Parts: sequence; structure tokens; C-alpha cells
Amino acid sequence: MKLGEIAHSRAGDKGNISNLSLIAYEESDYEFLKEHITPQKVKTFFKERIKGTVTRYELPKIAAFNFVLKGSLYGGVTRSLALDPHGKSLSSYFLLMEIDENAYCAYKKSLD
Amino acid sequence: MKPRKSNIRIGSGAGFSGDLLEPAIELAEKGNLDYLVFECLAERTIALAQLQKLKHSNKGYDPFLEQRIKTFLPICLRKKIKIISNMGAANPIAAADKIIEIAKELGVKELKVVAVSGDDVLESVQNKDYILLESKTPFSKLLKKVVSANAYLGINPIIKALEQGADIIITGRVADPAIYMAPLFYEFDWNTEDPDILGKATAMGHLLECAAQVCGGYFYDANKKRIAETEQIGFPLADVSQDAEFKITKVQNSGGIITKATCKEQLIYEIHDPKRYITPDVIADFSNISFHEVSKDCIKINGATGIKKTGKLKVSIGYKDGFIGEGQISYGGYQARERAALALNVIKRKFIRLGYDENDTICELIGFNALSKDHPIGKPEEVRLRVAVRTNTLDEAHRIGYQLEALYTNGPAGGGGAYKSVKEIIAVQSILIDENMVNVHLTTKRLNS
Repeated sequence: MKLGEIAHSRAGDKGNISNLSLIAYEESDYEFLKEHITPQKVKTFFKERIKGTVTRYELPKIAAFNFVLKGSLYGGVTRSLALDPHGKSLSSYFLLMEIDENAYCAYKKSLD
Repeated sequence: MKPRKSNIRIGSGAGFSGDLLEPAIELAEKGNLDYLVFECLAERTIALAQLQKLKHSNKGYDPFLEQRIKTFLPICLRKKIKIISNMGAANPIAAADKIIEIAKELGVKELKVVAVSGDDVLESVQNKDYILLESKTPFSKLLKKVVSANAYLGINPIIKALEQGADIIITGRVADPAIYMAPLFYEFDWNTEDPDILGKATAMGHLLECAAQVCGGYFYDANKKRIAETEQIGFPLADVSQDAEFKITKVQNSGGIITKATCKEQLIYEIHDPKRYITPDVIADFSNISFHEVSKDCIKINGATGIKKTGKLKVSIGYKDGFIGEGQISYGGYQARERAALALNVIKRKFIRLGYDENDTICELIGFNALSKDHPIGKPEEVRLRVAVRTNTLDEAHRIGYQLEALYTNGPAGGGGAYKSVKEIIAVQSILIDENMVNVHLTTKRLNS
């Protein structure tokens, strides 16, 4: 199953840094996302694109994370050659990430 | 000084310079507003405006200023709404003059416009060799190419302008949230040194500053985030009480939605560490924010706070960085991607022969891998070859598109819809300066009967 089935995301840009939020539809899924959607996994998912580090910030009160992707916008909006210089579409690619359906079902059962 | 009102309503009239007018008109007419704020200045817009000012000394303000003032001045005067905007761009004083001129034409009898300037620090930053935050190289290396240097100002000059009785405040570069926050500190006589209240107001400003983006714009999809009336999403307003209760809402029956989910997305939009959202006024801490639905389309913000400001101001440096030449051509139908790949190889080999640096070129197939090289899509039956190259000269940039256009007659079968363009690159980097390096000026322009 895809990440987009359990969470939503919005991409933002500042210079050559993209940030992707990841927000659980059901707040109780926060811990599952915390365990499975690691910064390393995000870096690998966008390996061609990201030249720098990926940092994950936690916002548990709103069941959300902020992934900050350094060096991920081909030089940044002002000098990028990319079709989508802001990286607006990255949040939707992020939601294509596969998550382990069995692990998710097990997590949901553990909540009951 | 006594607080003037116990509740203030601040409307967000634009999320960028070219934003829609209709939702802002609806907001001004029906929002019961005290203030209408237009945030119109993107990262490099001020550099472009500066270039325009160099050509014409009475220009360099936002290209939509006239249209917005003509549209909103009559409504705002009738409704007693004050206007605050960064549409002054590189020339707030010329913008103030223009506003007075428009007001005269409209038959307005009395108006006070205050221009906030002093954000232009191009002269003073040349006295010391700052290190650019992005490239980590010295500022002096760029110097010949630099066109603008503008510091992000905070709330204080806007508060002063309000104390002087301004009906309209027009600024250049200020921190985006500041233009939404300042009226609260003026109206409620809040302490501008109190990080906690500054942090709360910053969160509000941050949620409002992209207008429709907190009301379902840049949010809705065809699955779990469906919304109704997408053809005109309403713009948001903040309803704030003197005892610091912050609610984000919109005009009743306007399009779009304001929910916890739309607020969450906008809260995290374009921030990095949520514990340290650095502005000229405060280091805001969003990490403990929670949202509560008060009623339909009305969300209360709880838990924002902040710590003392850094005392530094970010300065955006705009500089000329060559040109981009671009060309596109489409392939469709039988073996579309294979033919596009042939065309792509032709172009790539030409670029190698012409000696272009790989870092300054991009070759991609729209419909296959243009948005994300990491996630190419299977077997599209329609793709568009897109090539873009950074060049030193305009002539060279023009040649890129011609190479693509020549694929009509010289390339693989069935290439159609060729397109070419060139643009000058105005790039932006930043430095940090001490806040006391900036001398802010207020200039009043009046219309008296």
C-alpha cells in the first residue's frame, strides 16, 4: 500500500531546500509513521535529487512530521533548470512511497 | 495607552502578487474586517523590481498595485478597513505617490498613506565582506553582478506607521508574517519584546500569508481531501482577541474549507525546524501547536510560543546569473518514448560538442521523468522532450530553442508542437546583518480636502 492512503503532505521551498510535511489522516497513526518513514528512507526514495542531508522534525501534537531536504532543488527556484523549480510536485511523489501493509495492519490491531 | 478594541479581524487579501482579486473582494465586503493585508513579494521579486526602478525612478513597485488599489480603496474606505501591503517592493515611496494619485482620481477626499523604507541595504553591506549563507562564498565575488540587497524588516516600523494614523501602509521587504502581526500589537498595545505573544502572532501570520492555501487551495485532491466549490476558494481571516485567542476563519458560505488538516499543512509549509522559525521579531516555536475546531471553517490555534529574537536580519541578495535557454518538442503515439529518446540523444551529443557543462544542462521527457528523475513513469504514449541550458550570454540562450525547433525537419519522425524561450536569471542568496545596521524611514503622503 502507498503512504498516500494514510497520510497527506505539502511541499515548500526556501532556496535550494525543499520541505515536505507528512501528516497522518488518523492521529493515532503517528507512531507507525515515526517508526517506518525515517529520514534515511526519504533520502533513498529521492536519491537522484537530494544532494545534502534529510532531517526529520516531529510535531506529535498534530501527528505530523517535517522532512527538510537540503540540496534538493537543483540550485533553488531562482536558477534551477527544472520543469517544477519549486518542487511543488515532490509531496505527491512522497505519497507514492510503499509501506508494509502487514506491518500497518499489525500496528492498527495493537491499538485496539 | 489604552487598547482600542477587544477583537480585531485581519484579512488575507493575496498570497502572491498575481493572486485572484475576487476572493479578496468577497473578504473585504463580507469579512467584517479591521485590516486587509496583501502579501505580494516573493523571494526574487524585489530584485526584478529594483531593475525596473533603475530604468524608471518612479517605478519599481508591484505591477498589480494600481489594479489592487483601484479595486480595494473604495471598499476599504467605505468599510473603514486599513490596508497593509508589501507591494512597495523596491520603491515604497513611489508606490505611496501612486496610491495618492489613484485616490485623487477616485474622488477620495482624505487619505494618509505611510511608506516604510530602509530595507534597501545595498550600500551599507558593501562595507564588509559577508559570507553568503547558501554558497558559503564571499559576497565580494558577486559584487559586479548584484542588483539588490534587501533586509527583512519586522513589525516595529509598521506599528509606528499605524501610530501615525496611516490608512494605508506600503512597505518593501518585510518578513511575511510581520504585515499581519503588526496591527495586533498596535491595537492591543501588546509588548513587542514578549517572545510568547510574538510567537503566537507569528503562527497566525504564517497561516494567513498564503491566502487560499489555508482554505483548501494547494490542498484538495480527488481522494480523501475532496472539497466543494473549488472554482472560488475563499480567502482567510484571523479573528484575534485582546487576551490572545487566535482563530482562523473565512466568510460564511465562501468556497473552500478551513479544517485542522488545512491548518496543519499550512503550518508546516516552508518552515524547517518547527522549534526555531526565525523572524526579525522572534524565534517562533510551532512545535507544540495544536488546532481545535470551534465551528465549521473556524479553527483555534493553541500552543504557539517563542524565544527572544536573534538580533540579526536576513538580507536577500539578488544578482544576475546568466541566462536560461529552453526548448520543447512533443512525440506521441506509436513508440513515442523511443523516438523522444532518439531526439534526446541528438541534443545531448550536440551539447557535448558545444562544450556545455553537464551541471548547466537538463534533458528530460515531460510525461516520463521531468518532475522526478527518481520516479520515471512506465510507458507513456505521449511525451515532450524538454531541454534547458544555463548560458553566459543571451545569444547563446537563444540558440538552445533553435536546436529543438530544428528537430521538426532534422529529428525523428513526428515531432510536433516545438516551443522555445529564453530568460535572464536573477538569482538570490542571503547574508545576515546586525539589526542596528538598518535605518528605517517612514514617509507620509497625504490627501486633504
